[in-house]
Amino acid sequence: MATSATFRVWRGERNDGRFDDFRTDVSEGMVVLDAVHQIQAEQANDLAVRWNCKAGKCGSCSAEVNGHPRLMCMTRLNQLDLKVPVTIEPMRTFPHVRDLVTDVSWNFAAKKTIKPFKPVPANGDGTWRMAQVDAERVQEFRKCIECFLCQDVCHVLREHRMFDQFVGPRHLVYAAALEMNPIDAESRARDLKTTHGIGYCNITKCCTKVCPEDIAITDNAAIPLKERVIDQLYDPVAKLLRVFSNHRASPS
Amino acid sequence: MEYQTHDHDVLVIGAGGAGLRAAIEASAGGVSVGLVCKSLLGKAHTVMAEGGIAAALANVDDRDSWQVHFADTMRGGQYVNNWRMAELHAKEAPDRVRELEAWGAMFDRTKDGRILQRNFGGHRYPRLAHVGDRTGLEMIRTLQDHGIHQGIDVHMECTIVQLLRDDGRVVGAFGYERERGRFKLFRARAVVLATGGIGRAFKITSNSWEYTGDGHTLAYDAGADLMDMEFVQFHPTGMIWPPSVRGILVTEGVRGEGGVLRNTTGRRFMFDDIPENYRAQTADNEEEGWRYTQGDKTARRPPELLTRDHVSRCIVREIKEGRGSPHGGVYLDISWIKERLPHAAEHIKKKLPSMYHQFKQLADIDITREPMEVGPTTHYVMGGVRVDAETQMSTVPGLFAAGECAAGINGANRLGGNSLSDLLVFGKRAGEFAAAFARKAPTGAIDEREVDRAATEAVAPFERGAGGEGPYQVQYALQELMQSMVGIVRNDADMRKALECLGQFAERARRVGVGGHREYNPGWHAALDLHSLLTVSEAVTRSAIERRESRGGHFREDYPDKDPQFGGFNLIVRKTPDGRMDVSRAPIPPMPDELKTIIETIK
Repeated sequence: MATSATFRVWRGERNDGRFDDFRTDVSEGMVVLDAVHQIQAEQANDLAVRWNCKAGKCGSCSAEVNGHPRLMCMTRLNQLDLKVPVTIEPMRTFPHVRDLVTDVSWNFAAKKTIKPFKPVPANGDGTWRMAQVDAERVQEFRKCIECFLCQDVCHVLREHRMFDQFVGPRHLVYAAALEMNPIDAESRARDLKTTHGIGYCNITKCCTKVCPEDIAITDNAAIPLKERVIDQLYDPVAKLLRVFSNHRASPS
Repeated sequence: MEYQTHDHDVLVIGAGGAGLRAAIEASAGGVSVGLVCKSLLGKAHTVMAEGGIAAALANVDDRDSWQVHFADTMRGGQYVNNWRMAELHAKEAPDRVRELEAWGAMFDRTKDGRILQRNFGGHRYPRLAHVGDRTGLEMIRTLQDHGIHQGIDVHMECTIVQLLRDDGRVVGAFGYERERGRFKLFRARAVVLATGGIGRAFKITSNSWEYTGDGHTLAYDAGADLMDMEFVQFHPTGMIWPPSVRGILVTEGVRGEGGVLRNTTGRRFMFDDIPENYRAQTADNEEEGWRYTQGDKTARRPPELLTRDHVSRCIVREIKEGRGSPHGGVYLDISWIKERLPHAAEHIKKKLPSMYHQFKQLADIDITREPMEVGPTTHYVMGGVRVDAETQMSTVPGLFAAGECAAGINGANRLGGNSLSDLLVFGKRAGEFAAAFARKAPTGAIDEREVDRAATEAVAPFERGAGGEGPYQVQYALQELMQSMVGIVRNDADMRKALECLGQFAERARRVGVGGHREYNPGWHAALDLHSLLTVSEAVTRSAIERRESRGGHFREDYPDKDPQFGGFNLIVRKTPDGRMDVSRAPIPPMPDELKTIIETIK
């Protein structure tokens, strides 16, 4: 492995920025976040970066490394070509704050619009029973660390900027965890169709590819939710019944 | 100096498990609640917790009860715990876990569909409700997703630098928000500290950057007592290779699932040193230990599941005596279970998914095929703000503390799994009693001069500019010092040297300068964190010098034995009116007979 490498880091505030090159030492096992910290400690004290656990568990250090949405703490330098500069940019889908930090507050607001968990009545002893296999289906979604890399890569948000019409893959995963929870009594199909814009997801699987937790976002969350929406809101027999009952009820 | 003002009845500082639980409870108490967190919501250190939440639900072994949990906690804490907190904790933890399920948590299940529980160090029966090895994430997400619908005002990426008092009572807090660097003044009738630990005072740690002892320092500066600061937990199993991952936690769950510790000769050295007070409940051969991990109720637990303080010291001994692994640790092997179980690789991946990925991605190690190299890592501080057991109020009226930044429940050593339950049990209590306090408390007056002073001090590093002392350099020096001089093995001479150095670092901290401006400037943040790091480091060192014995997480090579006389009191750290740090002894109140009986009967 090389003993030093160049990192081309995006610097600046609110999109008024440029790439600055930093050369720094590299050693065995280093990840991109280590390099950023080293640069911060030795060359640019005020280099802004958001991070917490440095173990792939909190989902804070999302960025675009050589153009790919990644967690900086889980991207090993030995996976990258160090003969050329490594580019590190903030997530481009969200408003820029400074250097590698973006404003991800929209995600928190979007989540709030999803109806919360509402349990069915508990057993007599105040607890619920469920099978491990049912728990596991939901646990896959609960692995999500809210790094928002799936939101970053989703073209509905990234290219089309439809933040007010589509909640994005992260929140489809969140809704799926609630909808498939065996003891949840709420229905979110109508919201998913309307305010949450599930129809905009055209299952290109970009989100699945970047998920650091390997959640099968498209196959296990988005598609089953789409089916649920169709089941509940587009059932032809139910529609016929509705048409006739409305017909009878309408004043002549 | 300009600042924004926010008014809340209760202000909660910190949004990990304890802070979120406190905020939810305070809000349910009908008062307005503000929740301040240093990071984004849901990123706090609680996400890192792996193994589980200890609660005597008795779903897996019906012999479990709050009494056994209480006795285990006291034994693990070497009997200097606040026994009332240990009692409340053991009694209330099951309800707090069930409540999480009612809020949407999805725990692993038993065959009959109830919450599954796993074995853990120092717990007599399988007691930890868990979700694979990412229980902390499940817990914080559940509290977060429930909390956002409770009308709590969340101030993300905001750091508090000072508590404000009026006539001895806490009436607010002053801090800055990271994004724009603007100052914020919070007026509150009660404040709950839930800021976590101090791990960043050490070089090798499993803790995130946030763990700089803010709550400890805010309380200390406001005149509150700190307690048990000499008791720092070094978790036995952190990653040690490659260097950049050094300190990252390897869950005790690995050992709970049958993982064993071996030295470089292949010996399971944990069998060589089983403390007297654990001998009756520890397996004396490998076969029995294995049967225990597989749920055999007649078997006793393997010595790998002894308490963390003891396992850490055994590992240090192996390394010191030349039986360590190539990178200066020992081996932790879960792959060996393939000799016992069919489909062992799949089993390991399912039970320990994060560990599998962590080693695969960061160290190129497949834990289903080869052993891990591990060594101790600074993990937790048992010491913290001295609180009332029932209400969690500190010695300063209106100031409450819960979770890691509070002291008492854990004594000299915390059992794995007791942290998450501590957050829930005492987070709830702190929220409840802070709300009750706030309902009765009049609005306090804010001393504008005090606010101005705090603001002026906060921007001082900019006045000195980038030519001043580097903030990271002081931080690194402090971490090196604490690791080598006040770490796992301590002695009087080293620690006195450390105190001297800390004095010099405090001088350097006063000369720290940063460049740039206030908007999202990590150099500035690092500069402001130094005060907390220095304060807690001094508190740990002074207390550790004072406790001339070895107990729990505190090990003195010059006083290697436990001294019954020192078992009778806790050490209290307090700021004197002239600003010095004073350490004194507080006798432990006598335990009621019924609790004594529990401890005596449950051996």
